[in-house]
Amino acid sequence: MTLALILLSVLILGSAAVAIALRNLIHSALLFVGCWAGIAAFYLWAGAEFVAFAQVLIYVGAVSMVVLFAVLLTRQGNELEPVKDDSFNRFIRALIAGGSVAGVLLGAILGTPMDVNTASPAPTMTVRELGARLMGPHAAALLIVGVLLTVALLGAVVLAAVDRSDQPEDAP
Amino acid sequence: MSASTDSFLERAPIEARDWLVQLLPAPLQWFTHHLITIGAILAVFGLFFAFTTVAERKLLGRLQNRLGPNRSGLPKFSALPWHLKHKLFGLTQPFADAVKALTKEDIVPAAADKLLHFLAPVLVVAFSLLTFAVLPFGRNMVPVDLDAGLLYFFAAGSATELTIFMAGWASRNKYSLLAAMRALAQVISYELPLLLSVVPVVLVAGTLSTNEIVTAQGGWSFGILPHWNIFTPWGFIGFLLFLVAALAECNRSPFDLPEAESELIAGHLTEYSGFKYALFFMAEYFGLTALSGLGVTLFLGGWQAPCDFLPFIPSYVWFMGKLVMMIVFFIWVRGTLLRLRIDQLTRLAWQFIVPLALINLGNAAFWALTASWAGPLQLVRLGVSLALVVGPFILLGRRLNIGRGPRTYRYATS
Repeated sequence: MTLALILLSVLILGSAAVAIALRNLIHSALLFVGCWAGIAAFYLWAGAEFVAFAQVLIYVGAVSMVVLFAVLLTRQGNELEPVKDDSFNRFIRALIAGGSVAGVLLGAILGTPMDVNTASPAPTMTVRELGARLMGPHAAALLIVGVLLTVALLGAVVLAAVDRSDQPEDAP
Repeated sequence: MSASTDSFLERAPIEARDWLVQLLPAPLQWFTHHLITIGAILAVFGLFFAFTTVAERKLLGRLQNRLGPNRSGLPKFSALPWHLKHKLFGLTQPFADAVKALTKEDIVPAAADKLLHFLAPVLVVAFSLLTFAVLPFGRNMVPVDLDAGLLYFFAAGSATELTIFMAGWASRNKYSLLAAMRALAQVISYELPLLLSVVPVVLVAGTLSTNEIVTAQGGWSFGILPHWNIFTPWGFIGFLLFLVAALAECNRSPFDLPEAESELIAGHLTEYSGFKYALFFMAEYFGLTALSGLGVTLFLGGWQAPCDFLPFIPSYVWFMGKLVMMIVFFIWVRGTLLRLRIDQLTRLAWQFIVPLALINLGNAAFWALTASWAGPLQLVRLGVSLALVVGPFILLGRRLNIGRGPRTYRYATS
């Protein structure tokens, strides 16, 4: 079990590190997909089946597409051209952004009680219990997330929609 | 269940596997158990794929009033004193095709991203094979009985989108990339209807496990009417929506625009040749077979027999029979319907199938809530559910083409 965990962490951290180091954006994006898949495998290792499959469905299936489309649609010209090392200013800004995220995460990790030595039975939760939990005590959160995503989707449609009624050849 | 549950044929595959496994030392047993399952799936569905291609070619040939492949018999082995002259109705064609694909030259464009170009066909086959893991092929014959099996199926299937992108982008060909984008637009916009058409089944069965969904469809009314989901109003329309979305997900005709051979070159497969092309082809058929298997599992009662007196036939035979029916239906559709344009395709998805699927979800909720109604109320239940299917279908169908008169062309005459 520990060996599997070590292999998984090497996969996750390794692919993330290589993704950051690579200068080819598409390769980086695909490596991040590998990283997300590794995180899903970690959830499976931890026994959270539902979360693992949701992770694959959402990150490997959907978010990866958003990232890849964003890369392809925003980069003008040759997307194979490596990203150049930029100015010192940009380095500072990247450091601030990355550092603040890392600070928040570290704070959360340090704030969590981690007494790994307590022998607790492996938590088992069926999908049915999970669903009941989500629909019962956490229904409000679920609804808010749903409304938020719907608003985002509608916003995307409004932004992307173009009225082409004056161009007859586009009307089928 | 009846005594026929324990018939020899029903138990034979499982018992053969268990007998093989117990011959080995204990540490290897778990591993071998799964290895045998994987081997069985690869062998059965590899052959199934081979004969699907020949069935498709022969059936399409018949639908177009020609013969289809009928020339390939057995090769003449010089060591044998005699030679079978019969052509075997061309049934050995897939093996000839496989040899041809294997021996063809493999051309990779000089500018291609070599690694991704190689990985795309490998990954697409791997992901499409992963989906078979949760299909219940028979009683106690689900390879991995997951609590969230349905979610697993769609998670494994959604990864194929990534391989389409990889194939299109790594080829360094503008046609490949454009076609990959078109294919992705199609697959992503039909992912939603596919999921929405499946949700009512989950709602009524109250589980995500494929095995339990099949078990929930067991039993018969009057001994001849099975309790399959397709025989309920919401299940019927759900099955139709599932069929349409599955066809679009597999890039099958009439939704085969990404590789419409008469209009585009070969879509994102333009720069693939030889065995890599064959792998994409294979993955497409595996995906079709897996989605058909899911349709059988969710709507057609899985491995359940249709009548009270028929379970003496083993459950896996029923499953494979229904699967073959689905595949033949898909081939029939391919030979019959015309290809859609991309705007018609997306309009069909967003203005017709998604609203219908959402209404169907409400319909299934009504069905689940009124499960306790008895006597004449059952007729009311059926009537309301039917009205919820037929009404929106007619209304939405009428609205679909309003104001979309005959197409006018600026640079062409029609």
